[in-house]
Amino acid sequence: MKPETIKNGAPETPWRLFWKGFKKNKLAVSGTIIIAGLFIIAIFAPVIAPYDQDAIMVKEILQPPSQKHLMGTDELGRDVLTRIMWGSRVSLLVGFLAVGISVAIGVLLGSLAGYYGRLVDAIIMRFVDVMLCFPTFFLILAVIAFWEPSIWKIMLVIGLTSWMGVARLVRAEFLSLKERDFFQAARALGGKDLRIIFRHILPNSLAPVLVSATLGVAGAILTEAALSFLGIGIQPPDPSWGNMLTAGKDNIEIAWWLSFFPGFAIFITVMGYNMLGEGIRDAIDPRLR
Amino acid sequence: MATYILKRLFGMIPLLFGITIVSFLVIHLAPGSPVTIQTDLNPKMTAEARERLLKFYGLDKPLHVQYYNWVKHLVTFDLGRSFATDNRPVIDKIKERLPITIFINVLSLFLILMIAIPLGILSAVYQNSLFDRSTTVFVFIGFAIPTFWLALLLMILFGIQLDWLPISGLKSVNYEYLSAFNQLKDRAAHLLMPVLLSAFGGLAGFSRYSRSNMLEIIRQDYITTARAKGLSESQVIYKHALRNAFLPIVTILGLSIPALIGGSVIFESIFAIPGLGQLFYNAVMGRDYSLVMGELVIGALLTMLGNLLADISYALVDPRIRIK
Repeated sequence: MKPETIKNGAPETPWRLFWKGFKKNKLAVSGTIIIAGLFIIAIFAPVIAPYDQDAIMVKEILQPPSQKHLMGTDELGRDVLTRIMWGSRVSLLVGFLAVGISVAIGVLLGSLAGYYGRLVDAIIMRFVDVMLCFPTFFLILAVIAFWEPSIWKIMLVIGLTSWMGVARLVRAEFLSLKERDFFQAARALGGKDLRIIFRHILPNSLAPVLVSATLGVAGAILTEAALSFLGIGIQPPDPSWGNMLTAGKDNIEIAWWLSFFPGFAIFITVMGYNMLGEGIRDAIDPRLR
Repeated sequence: MATYILKRLFGMIPLLFGITIVSFLVIHLAPGSPVTIQTDLNPKMTAEARERLLKFYGLDKPLHVQYYNWVKHLVTFDLGRSFATDNRPVIDKIKERLPITIFINVLSLFLILMIAIPLGILSAVYQNSLFDRSTTVFVFIGFAIPTFWLALLLMILFGIQLDWLPISGLKSVNYEYLSAFNQLKDRAAHLLMPVLLSAFGGLAGFSRYSRSNMLEIIRQDYITTARAKGLSESQVIYKHALRNAFLPIVTILGLSIPALIGGSVIFESIFAIPGLGQLFYNAVMGRDYSLVMGELVIGALLTMLGNLLADISYALVDPRIRIK
């Protein structure tokens, strides 16, 4: 242990250790800054956006980037920068809620499989194998084909088709933690199943779940963008980065800025989450300390 | 080996059962029943098509009877008929679209392996070198770039600004009038961007994987032994480590099949390639339920077969797997 930590006398709790590693990690800090910036844009979009998101300027159709329109205008004469700012709301919302759903399902099924083992484990893990056989994108498209697309259904479907990784992760954590002494102690003291799962094992397996959830947000944002790009996600006139790229494709021969900027927004956002996820992984990995 | 294959084949039975159950449930997700509420809202669905759907899935019968009947059709590859105006059997439509999708995916898998494995292995061998660090940056960017965006950018650059490559379809309009050599060139030009882009999607993951895999291997005892007995560094790396580094890649190949098949929806609709992905996309847009169901099941079956092949080839090259 370094001398200064002894000097200030604060106990080295796991969170403190994590925070120390996190602060020093360039990836994690840059990722946090990018994501914080996006949140500010998403929350204050109505205030900071230079134009109204649906304002159609008939005389300014398909204008290249200029001082008046920093990212140009689209085929209806709407300001691209404005719509990208509003579109950030869709991406952040879908990213968080979809991952919330997938983490909830993954943690639940993974805990059940890891804790109870035997038949419960066999059934749940076979189900995971089955879900992994489906090309996820096919499954999502098929469900959307039967439902009419809306932002809530898209989040739900992405969540329902992306929990398998978390389930496997949590199960593996449970299996290894079950071998440890504190688990045996909790058992011997007569702890109830639910209490042991929630108080003793889950908190110990949260770190890898956090990493996988952060990377999952990036994945969900990419999936939503792809769905909207194909015209099966967020429906126009509501702006989303994916459906703005559809306009880019339709006008690909005359307006490069319609393809470039929305995709760049997706790229930066996904990059931010990936950096944060990798940064957290480095910060919690004791082998790297 | 035979027992291993048999064991794996038996292991497929619960998977097959699960795949059919999940697929079957998807069609019942529609609010109400797919033939009542949904189709009333859907002008693309004629009364006659509705009748056919009702009859094929027997939607008026109890659920378990419906499932039984559906599976009975499935084992003979009878996936019903398309709702599109041509009314052709779903399986025929899938069969004619399958080759081009498989062709593109195999080509891009080949490309991924040719680039990603050397990239990953070299950056592991020269860990923390400039090469390693720039590969890491490349991998990071590769993970974050939406491939459909990259597709649009490349189309703008090579298809429109520079006008080097065609941006849609599989062949030019004047294809029939070209000489055999030029026909081949024309095909290649049309396939270049789709194959490169579809490969790009997998590149980051594969090179990352082969790097960490190689890093683990060069820390193993048998590598130390090889060094200790005085082998040259290149012999250690290229004879002892490399062989072991290749093995797990086979499994990852199998696991990447669903992503490749899923990704084909995006590429084929961007580049207007008449493959499985485009067929699926059109089926979804046209609410062609039996075609959607058929492709979903076929997609899952292909994935399962891919995984089986990967497992078997892994067991063939690595005897340790067979014993387990």
